[in-house]
Amino acid sequence: MIAVNSLFGRKTKDRLMTALMAAATALVLLPLGMIFFHIVRMGIGSINLDFFIHIPQPTGEAGGGIANGMVGSFLLIVIASLIGLPIGILGAIYLADYGGGPTSTVIRFSADVLAGIPSIITGMVVYALLVVPLHGFSALAGAVALALIMIPIVLRTTEEQLKMVPITLREASLALGVPLWRTSLKVTLRSAMTGVMTGILLAIARIAGETAPLLFTALGNQFWSRKLTQPIAALPLQIFSFAIAPYEDWHRLAWGGALLLVVVMFGLSLAARYFGRIKH
Amino acid sequence: MNNKVTVENLNVHFGATHAVRDVSIDIPANSVTAIIGPSGCGKSTMLRAINRMHDLVPQARVAGKILLDGDDIYAKGTDPVAIRRRVGMVFQKPNPFPAMSIYDNVIAGYKLNGRLNKDEADELVESSLRRVALWDEVQDRLKRSAMELSGGQQQRLCIARTIAVKPEVILMDEPASALDPLSTLKIEELIEELKERYTIIIVTHNMQQAARVSDYTAFFYLGELIEWGGTKRIFTTPDKKQTEDYITGRFG
Amino acid sequence: MPEEQSPSWKLEKGIKGDFVFKGLTALFAFSILAILLLMVAEMVLASLPAIRKFGWSFIFDRQWDAVQESFGALAYIWGSVVSSILALLLAAPLSIGTALFVTEIAPKRIGSAIAALVELLAAIPSVIYGLWGILVMAPWLQRTVEPFLIKHFGFLPFFQGAPYGVSMLAAIFIMTIMVVPIITSIAKEVLLAVPQSQKEAAIALGATRWEMLRIAVLPYGKSGIMGAVILGFGRVIGETMAVTMVIGNTPQISLSLLNPAYTMPSVIANEFAEASSKLHSAALMEIGLILLVVTLIINILARFLLWGVSRGPAGGIK
Repeated sequence: MIAVNSLFGRKTKDRLMTALMAAATALVLLPLGMIFFHIVRMGIGSINLDFFIHIPQPTGEAGGGIANGMVGSFLLIVIASLIGLPIGILGAIYLADYGGGPTSTVIRFSADVLAGIPSIITGMVVYALLVVPLHGFSALAGAVALALIMIPIVLRTTEEQLKMVPITLREASLALGVPLWRTSLKVTLRSAMTGVMTGILLAIARIAGETAPLLFTALGNQFWSRKLTQPIAALPLQIFSFAIAPYEDWHRLAWGGALLLVVVMFGLSLAARYFGRIKH
Repeated sequence: MNNKVTVENLNVHFGATHAVRDVSIDIPANSVTAIIGPSGCGKSTMLRAINRMHDLVPQARVAGKILLDGDDIYAKGTDPVAIRRRVGMVFQKPNPFPAMSIYDNVIAGYKLNGRLNKDEADELVESSLRRVALWDEVQDRLKRSAMELSGGQQQRLCIARTIAVKPEVILMDEPASALDPLSTLKIEELIEELKERYTIIIVTHNMQQAARVSDYTAFFYLGELIEWGGTKRIFTTPDKKQTEDYITGRFG
Repeated sequence: MPEEQSPSWKLEKGIKGDFVFKGLTALFAFSILAILLLMVAEMVLASLPAIRKFGWSFIFDRQWDAVQESFGALAYIWGSVVSSILALLLAAPLSIGTALFVTEIAPKRIGSAIAALVELLAAIPSVIYGLWGILVMAPWLQRTVEPFLIKHFGFLPFFQGAPYGVSMLAAIFIMTIMVVPIITSIAKEVLLAVPQSQKEAAIALGATRWEMLRIAVLPYGKSGIMGAVILGFGRVIGETMAVTMVIGNTPQISLSLLNPAYTMPSVIANEFAEASSKLHSAALMEIGLILLVVTLIINILARFLLWGVSRGPAGGIK
């Protein structure tokens, strides 16, 4: 297999390829570093007290903040979690403790496929199933769309974690006369909790930045919304609409929002890593 | 004789494997019955059938009868959870709940099923730990993690956990095989004491252990019960050639 | 007193509890399958008016006119396919190179630091890439890169026209930047699964490091890396926000990368909430359906390739 070239030629080629791989790495890191740099530099200048406590000013006027977007995103995430976490976690318990055979494979496969569907399509489906029948965009529809994105992620990571719990612990509990369902919840799930938390945090980080599925569900709102059946503002939607608008002040808000979002996501990532670590 | 457990024509299949073949045996109450045999002879499979642990393995099939005080535990409508309450089990490797304290491990059978009031719990923990001779060693660190204990202590904790739920029968699946000689000795002494209150069935591949702790011995080979009876007789004058070969170390 | 408790202290919940709980978890688990089927069914159903009206010409017609109610998706399909393929052509070698560098060449600590960084960046939301793309990258392309391309490569059909900044080129770049972390981290997992024995065998034959990678590592990880790239394709073709923000949103079919273009997800994002008529939204739904079918096929293909890897080949030492 190995070419019978001169040793010198082979070594030169080796060095060349190594250099190319290093160059590829540098080329990958460069734009990512620049994005990070710009977010921090532009974002920090935009963040002040007003940014956190005010809602956006009307077109072109200076000042304003994204308070409604932050609250809206928080609400959307909470409601989406209330819907998505039980489905994902209990579904995972089924796969780990009761399932087996081809049906489980089908469910796992569906989850993987579902996770790969573009999120904008999730938004369209929720639009057709909730927004149209209820005659309006709403926070609730947005939360359902986010929950649909969350479910496959939570299901798969939770199942992985549950499968890592030794079978001997389950047996110990069952042999004490504890029903399987209590064993699943109080022994298996409990033992896997730190790992499950990691998955949950990563799923939350993922939906916190989702924009496309909210476009035709939560829609966004310039003001405070009072009901879950009304359109609601969300941080990623605000970043989008501010970024494509031609006003400097809105760009400023967009950068600030981006920095905030990145900080929250990195915070969630770090927390997830922390949970991932204390497990061992 | 008063038989606590009676096994009639028991067959266990795992998929295509016929692991236990047409076994019938009586287990007298308040005695220790040892099940011996080379690895893979079906002795653990047999043991696990007695508290319906095979229910959880989708490809396992159990046929035949196991009578506990005369009632078939595999009869339709019987709750496996109720059976496991009456038939406890101690496993090969100590398996305390890692997330629980020593204290909580002892009352795990109650805790996992609901609540237990504080006084009852305290008393149950002390009496159970005393019975396995662990109380003196751990009474000042009951709230510490069970994982801090040595292997032998962990196994005694698992026995305490089992007797805390007041079973009638205790199944032991090579309970000392993962332990050092000193811990093994303690477990064996414990078994001797426990038979006053419980009926004990122990699987072991260690013939000396079987000879030391058991009143009755059953020899399994290739899924079949070759012969069973009083331990002394099995070890001195077995009826079957296979038993003799095994006892004298000619195979297995 | 504990002594007096009968052994049947808490029997009541055995069979019944298990039955109920199993039913509940099964319901939730099967709801995943139901959601998937529901999504497909709903998309088909909502597209029907457009499918009936336009038939196959929907795919081959480039006319998209909401006023005339004449809808053809060719310009969007073109935009999506061209941008995704070109982005992958850039991203695949970069990602594989980075994955190789991280797993095989860099010192362990530096490698894992880079890998962690890349993974963190994979989590940055699309809308933030879009923000950077429209406010930083597009102006830079307009001022620097595109004039350069026009001046030196303007004789090629790909680099003709005026420098707009927001363009097919911008979309390709932003897609590349976004998908590289994803392909890299999957490819990294695949490479880490290559058994040490394979590498040692190559080294023992006197191979240089590159030869070792070429004869032992890459062939072994081939299907997994293919899976990673295909999964990346699924991601870029469905990518919405960032692309919408930088591609210029003009439904035209042009060879020049400097011209604005439009993609399937982008037209949905821009028009769906304000679709003027039933047929208009059905047409957008049909675009969504095309996108859905493409991503379903891609994902199923990628999963088969990647599931094969995680099972591990016979005879390997893990």
